[in-house]
Amino acid sequence: MTTEASAPDIDLRGSRTRLRRERRVHRLFFGAAVTSILISLLIIGSLAGEAWRFISTVDLSSLWDLGWFPRRGMFDLKTVLVGTLLIALVAMAVATPLGLGAAVYLSEYARPRARRWLKPILEVLAGIPSVVLGYFALTWISPNLVMRLNPQAGVFNMAAAGIGVGILVTPLVASVTEDAMRAVPHALREASYGLGARKATTVTRVVFPAAASGIVASLILGLSRAIGETMVVAMAAGAVGGSLFEVNIFQPGQTMTAAMSALAIGSDQVAGSTNAFQSLFFLGLLLFLMTLALNVISERFVRKVREKY
Amino acid sequence: MTEQPRPIPATRSVPTGALVPGNSRAADPGRPESFIFDVEGLKVFYGSFQAVAETSMQIREHEITALIGPSGCGKTTVLRCFNRMNDLIEGARVEGTIRYHGADIYGEKVDPVEVRRRIGMVFQKPNPFPKSIYDNIAFGPRIAGHKGNMDDLVEESLARAALWDEVRDKLRQSAYALSGGQQQRLCIARAIATSPDVLLMDEPCSSLDPIATLRIEELMIELKRDYSIIIVTHNMQQAARVSDRTAFFTVDVKETGMRTGRLVEFDTTDVIFTNPRQKQTEDYITGRFG
Amino acid sequence: MATRTPLPSTGELVRRSIQGRRFSWADFAFPASLLLALLFSLLFLATLLVDVFVKAWSALSGRGWSVVTSSLSLNAETAGLWQSIMGSLGLTVVVAVIAFPIGIGAAVYLEEYAPDNRLTRFINTNIRNLAGVPSIVYGILGFTIFVRFVRAVGAGGGVAGQNLLAGGLTLAALVLPIVIITAAEALRAVPAAIREAGFGVGATRWEVIRHHVVPYAAPGILTGTVLTLARAFGETAPLLLVGAATGFFSVGSAGLLQKATGPYTALPVTIFSWARQPGADFRSLTAAAIVVLLVLMLTANAAAIILRNRFERKW
Repeated sequence: MTTEASAPDIDLRGSRTRLRRERRVHRLFFGAAVTSILISLLIIGSLAGEAWRFISTVDLSSLWDLGWFPRRGMFDLKTVLVGTLLIALVAMAVATPLGLGAAVYLSEYARPRARRWLKPILEVLAGIPSVVLGYFALTWISPNLVMRLNPQAGVFNMAAAGIGVGILVTPLVASVTEDAMRAVPHALREASYGLGARKATTVTRVVFPAAASGIVASLILGLSRAIGETMVVAMAAGAVGGSLFEVNIFQPGQTMTAAMSALAIGSDQVAGSTNAFQSLFFLGLLLFLMTLALNVISERFVRKVREKY
Repeated sequence: MTEQPRPIPATRSVPTGALVPGNSRAADPGRPESFIFDVEGLKVFYGSFQAVAETSMQIREHEITALIGPSGCGKTTVLRCFNRMNDLIEGARVEGTIRYHGADIYGEKVDPVEVRRRIGMVFQKPNPFPKSIYDNIAFGPRIAGHKGNMDDLVEESLARAALWDEVRDKLRQSAYALSGGQQQRLCIARAIATSPDVLLMDEPCSSLDPIATLRIEELMIELKRDYSIIIVTHNMQQAARVSDRTAFFTVDVKETGMRTGRLVEFDTTDVIFTNPRQKQTEDYITGRFG
Repeated sequence: MATRTPLPSTGELVRRSIQGRRFSWADFAFPASLLLALLFSLLFLATLLVDVFVKAWSALSGRGWSVVTSSLSLNAETAGLWQSIMGSLGLTVVVAVIAFPIGIGAAVYLEEYAPDNRLTRFINTNIRNLAGVPSIVYGILGFTIFVRFVRAVGAGGGVAGQNLLAGGLTLAALVLPIVIITAAEALRAVPAAIREAGFGVGATRWEVIRHHVVPYAAPGILTGTVLTLARAFGETAPLLLVGAATGFFSVGSAGLLQKATGPYTALPVTIFSWARQPGADFRSLTAAAIVVLLVLMLTANAAAIILRNRFERKW
């Protein structure tokens, strides 16, 4: 008598209500996850439409002009791009030494007890809202640092804004760099010590290069954040109502983000020409693409770190 | 009718690749109805990698069957096939049939959750839930819709796992407060609580000290009365001590480097350990490899 | 044949290194400069806090609590933060209600259900990219989509759909990627053994998630979400684009529903607009507003940490 012939004496099919519930729950959670894709599409949609309208109706010669004066129909792109770039560079000039230095110290030298209260303080710095840093840049950094450095500087200047953004970005650079350095296996450090290298040599010649991809990623992320920062620049770099093309960081300047916020709160808006308002979307699209590109590049570097270890 | 083993169709009885003349029933012609599991042509793949070569075997009721072999031979993989735990691994694929009470657990309409309610599992490292001892036991029956008195069920499960006396006054305390051996017995009690008829044990004593190990081995022999037990162990002496039947697996390495597990011999423990038919079995038992 | 000076023996080398000069400049200067970098960052923080508090002193000591309790006004003597604080709290509630269920749900899907295929990887990359999008771009999203949505749905809206709901939706979108990432991290920290045990006993996937995974990850998820809310509290740029009032507005004796669906503002927005006002009075008032903002955010952060320690009893 083979068992094939006899009917199974148990039912393994499971309860229908339970199976239905499982399917429903699965679909619900899937829907939540897909919302993120929806948001991306909405962002791209909201930018692209108006940006296209701007670029197709605007007089293209106005994109290369004396300055950024939307009220007068002057949309000199190099003003805002150079402004963004200068402030981002000043910011990175501040954030790179401070952030990297702090991170290397915390991960390689600090004693556990010191780490325990130094790290949270750095995290407090990370939590300071950008309006507060904008205020600080305008009312303290500008008079006490920038104007002392260069008495010709105006109260509103790109350098003060740049330093403010730099302080904002420092914790980000520090934390990503620290993660990268801690990811370096101890075995490498031990091998170096075993060969008789002193600590400074080990850190600079072994650990740092091993963490290089992660460090580069942190700098790129910092740069992306600096480019996308609005409030510090809006408050401290001046240029309400438009700005001439300017490369002197001790003078007021205009970034893409500040130009956008000025358009939004109406100080640059004009009853007649709607091009002015649409330029907001065009700048937004540029900004979005730039930060997206930087973030994708930084992701590549982070992946290289993961592959190595 | 008689001492002769019944004639059995060749496709069912002889595992491909195994050179056992005859089959697992040769030593003891059991009746098919007393097989709790009838494995036929089982193969397991992870993606394109074949973890287990075609295997057939029959597990008897109320016995302790041990799966032994060197590491990587697929014994844990095979064990996890019996309660469809391999389903949880991404890319795992199972071919063949495993009949349990006559029904193929890999059949089309089978709900793995139902399978796992009837077949309990104890893992290598004790893994109680981060809850009280009581809630650890009660969880399974609760979600299965148990209607009776939960307190009684908890007490009975703990008693059968030889843990009741030690924890009766601390049922509401955290399961993590127990020692390793106690936690493993708690896991056994938890598995028993859903009233399974089979217990699968994956190296249950490997993280325990010798005294705790001994207690669990004694417990297994007691449990055999009410349950059928399949245990994976890398400890040969343990297999020799507790099991009625033993299956020896080995690992074949191809030129490509792919390591596939294969059932070599399956017989009563006595035979395997004193008079194995396969040279590979003998080599493993005597420690010449593995 | 050139003679070579014999290399010192090992014993000699060891003796020299133990007995020789122990101090080397490199061993000191390098970490010192690193420490300096760290201290500089902390110094900036300290200067900021001290400066803000000093500037805020005259407004706070002069007017005391009225800084918090009065309404907005064009006059520095009478302007207060009440509406702004209420607005910020209202926004926080809207963000919590919208972003948390969706964010935690998405995280559960990604960690517990999602197979490892192209769609899943795409969703993950997409979320990471969204986390890096500048906040002002979310403002554009809010302006184009959410404000119009609120208007279309007729959910009130001050000037053309610009109310708490629109602002809250915008901030929720901004904060969603971070909620997903922190919740996913908390879920990943749940040991696989617990899930296995749950499945082994015959639980369905949802039962394992609901009874074991989520309770275990809950403290981490909670902390992450409170910290995210604190961060949303300080956002300004998107709100500017979505129509939070930068000037003075009054709701007079409007009912609660009117107030909730009408014009609004938020604390950081008020700080921004006060900072642009001329006059020393507003300077001090702005600093006072910053103090209020920092105190509220600090409280939120502290609450998050206390909550986490409370719930972490870890059986």
